[in-house]
Amino acid sequence: MSTAVAHAHTDDHHHHEESFLSKYVFSMDHKMISKQFLITGIIMGLIGMGMSIAFRLQLAYPDTSFPILEWLFGSKWAPDGKLDAGYYMALVTMHGTIMVFYVLTAGLSGTFANLLLPLQIGARDMASPFMNMLSYWFFLLSSIVLLSSLFVETGPASGGWTIYPPLSALPKAMPGSGMGMTLWLSAIILFIASSLLGGINYISTVLNMRTKGMSMTRLPLTVWALFLTAVLGLLSFPVLLGGGLLLLFDRGFGTSFYLSDIYLGSAGALEHTGGSPVLFQHLFWFLGHPEVYIIIMPALGITSEVIAINSRKPIFGYTAMVISLLGIAFLSFIVWGHHMFITGMNPLLGAVFLVTTLIIAVPSAVKTFNYLATLWRGNIRFTNAMMFAIGLVSFFISGGLTGIFLGNATLDIQLHDTYFVVGHFHIVMGCAAIFGMLAGIYHWFPKMFGRLMNKPLGYIHFWLTFISAYLVFFPMHFIGLAGVPRRYYAFTLLPEYGVWADVNVLMTMAAILGGLAQIVFIYNFFSSIFIGKKASQNPWEANTLEWTTPVERIHGNWPGEIPTVYRWAYDYSNPAYEEDFKMQNIPDEDHEIELFETETKLTPSAEDEPVNETVNFFTLIKNWFIPRTV
Amino acid sequence: MAKEIEYAGRVHPKKFSLWLLLLGILMLFSGLTSAYIVRKGDGNWFDFELPSIFLYSTIVILLSSLTMLYAFRSAKNDEINGVKIGLGLTIILGIGFIVTQYWGWVVMAGDGLHFVNPKQGDRVSASFLIAIAAIHLAHILAGIIYLIIMLVRTYKSKVHKKDTLQISMCNTYWHFIGLLWVYLYMFLYFAPDF
Repeated sequence: MSTAVAHAHTDDHHHHEESFLSKYVFSMDHKMISKQFLITGIIMGLIGMGMSIAFRLQLAYPDTSFPILEWLFGSKWAPDGKLDAGYYMALVTMHGTIMVFYVLTAGLSGTFANLLLPLQIGARDMASPFMNMLSYWFFLLSSIVLLSSLFVETGPASGGWTIYPPLSALPKAMPGSGMGMTLWLSAIILFIASSLLGGINYISTVLNMRTKGMSMTRLPLTVWALFLTAVLGLLSFPVLLGGGLLLLFDRGFGTSFYLSDIYLGSAGALEHTGGSPVLFQHLFWFLGHPEVYIIIMPALGITSEVIAINSRKPIFGYTAMVISLLGIAFLSFIVWGHHMFITGMNPLLGAVFLVTTLIIAVPSAVKTFNYLATLWRGNIRFTNAMMFAIGLVSFFISGGLTGIFLGNATLDIQLHDTYFVVGHFHIVMGCAAIFGMLAGIYHWFPKMFGRLMNKPLGYIHFWLTFISAYLVFFPMHFIGLAGVPRRYYAFTLLPEYGVWADVNVLMTMAAILGGLAQIVFIYNFFSSIFIGKKASQNPWEANTLEWTTPVERIHGNWPGEIPTVYRWAYDYSNPAYEEDFKMQNIPDEDHEIELFETETKLTPSAEDEPVNETVNFFTLIKNWFIPRTV
Repeated sequence: MAKEIEYAGRVHPKKFSLWLLLLGILMLFSGLTSAYIVRKGDGNWFDFELPSIFLYSTIVILLSSLTMLYAFRSAKNDEINGVKIGLGLTIILGIGFIVTQYWGWVVMAGDGLHFVNPKQGDRVSASFLIAIAAIHLAHILAGIIYLIIMLVRTYKSKVHKKDTLQISMCNTYWHFIGLLWVYLYMFLYFAPDF
């Protein structure tokens, strides 16, 4: 891989005539790649949301026939307009996989890391634009492979997005364990490749390509969040890869890493013995839990930026924000056991995971309080992005609090696999992260497309989405407390759950409302690309470097030199200055004289610097933190 | 002048990306060896002594690190013939490593320790060993392909004193997967005792 990189990465930052293909399809420009990630993510998001509406219809009206379902899924999977029970599970599995990996990991991190990292740290492009392009193409290929499993005869994977063995390890276990599962695993392996290529690039870019004066302590919080997200991905995805390879060996060659003493109705006793299905859960959740933070941290970073800008105040507690991100990143690696409290875990080990889990509440609370303190007495501008960012704070609080319930092993043993868990994670990582993503889209739309999105439509989108999201997921906590299990196809045969039928109807109605609200967004997004109001260079009066680039979005980002950074990203309403914001590239007056006398033609980029092969690791780390001043 | 002071402590982004990739590979194997420990802790585990052939493959891979180092040193000193000899020897030793590994698996199979052991749950220890070694071997294969590319580049006079980035990256990768095997060997050697 590394050699391929070397061949391609010879003359990227130069301007040259581009064909349609090299500009829009095989682009190596980070801004175009970010748009590719975003639009693929939006399409995947719509598919995932459509699936959720389909199975919500089933939950609300288990006995009603919906011809549209038969039209959509065919008479095999929805005979007479009623979902097949196995296909219901397949839809749940695909919905989870698509939303977690394809929308909220690649769609969110991929979009904003690509767009913002080079622009906000002052770089012409990523460390390796070629790897960046590969990252997108692996992602697209992975999406296609995953979606293709919808069209195989035995249907897509249907063992849940966590693909626990034995359903995932035995191709004969059920229809969804066959070809669909194989395609699922192939898609995820491609996805891991994409994620690693992207992540390595993001980390390398942030650590090596910052412009002069941009020390780590001056980075906008979006960059910190995206950077740490990439670190989490780099450290946790390979472990899933290892677990997935062992799973493939079990499926393909007949080893018994995860399989033990299985009796299959059609085939009798199988030859597998000695494997441990719980081992897979360990390997899966070692990725799975950091994955939750891979999803939420970019959203938190975007929120920090949007809230500070639109409150016209410096972010409250910048250092605390960075430390809490570091804390979340570190802790996320030692809490995976809280997904496995009911696996017969040693109670002492359970207690350890319980404590580490509850400790995560501390950095999370620090972030929440800092958001509220930033908003406090701010000169708030309720832009669309700001509404969504405040929405994130709301979801993060209400979803985070139920996390404290679930972190307790004693409670979790009761609540495990009920709708309480579904409600919890949809609010805290589903809605919160989607709101962060939408905040980012509304906020950086002018940077991506040079136009503004329609504001009234944005408000309609916000309120409908916000209200419907709470209406869908809040009642889930109550039915979960009553013991209603998740992943059940229908509750008609379980009369004790019949009392919740009306609630299921309410949730389905709200889900449909939420779906309709996204049509408003889709219209707004795609129409604004062409007919939106032209944006000025810095429409939100923000401080960060991306708003110093021209509206035309040129290759190489800045027409002349890369700006030098003289201050942190949050100089809003500083009484020392006349205007209420001071961009990062504007020097103080006394600094200007000093600047005049010294050499300023120092633009770091990959190709024009002498390379020191024998650099000491500690000097390297030291240099990351000391601002490169003149 | 100012420029040199400015970037004296910086490493090339490509090389830095390689370090990150190696970190990812390290996590892959930490995951696999942790899985080994967790599964072993569950009991029903057949402990066996590592065939001594794996010691020879360890020696082979360590020797190949020396020849790689020789190639890299030669490139730095502009001794192109040395680079060619060093890379060639490294490739041969790399293939030797693959052969000794395969031989090790054959020896194990002779003792009834296969990758797939139907109805013998405790022999999953052998499956683990072979899976870990095979995934490592895939990285060695990638390394050999990298070495061959470097050798071709050397013949095209693209590796010399003024362009050592590629060979230094190849050097880093090869030492890393060599040392990774040393770790895996020691892990698999001592694992039955803990």
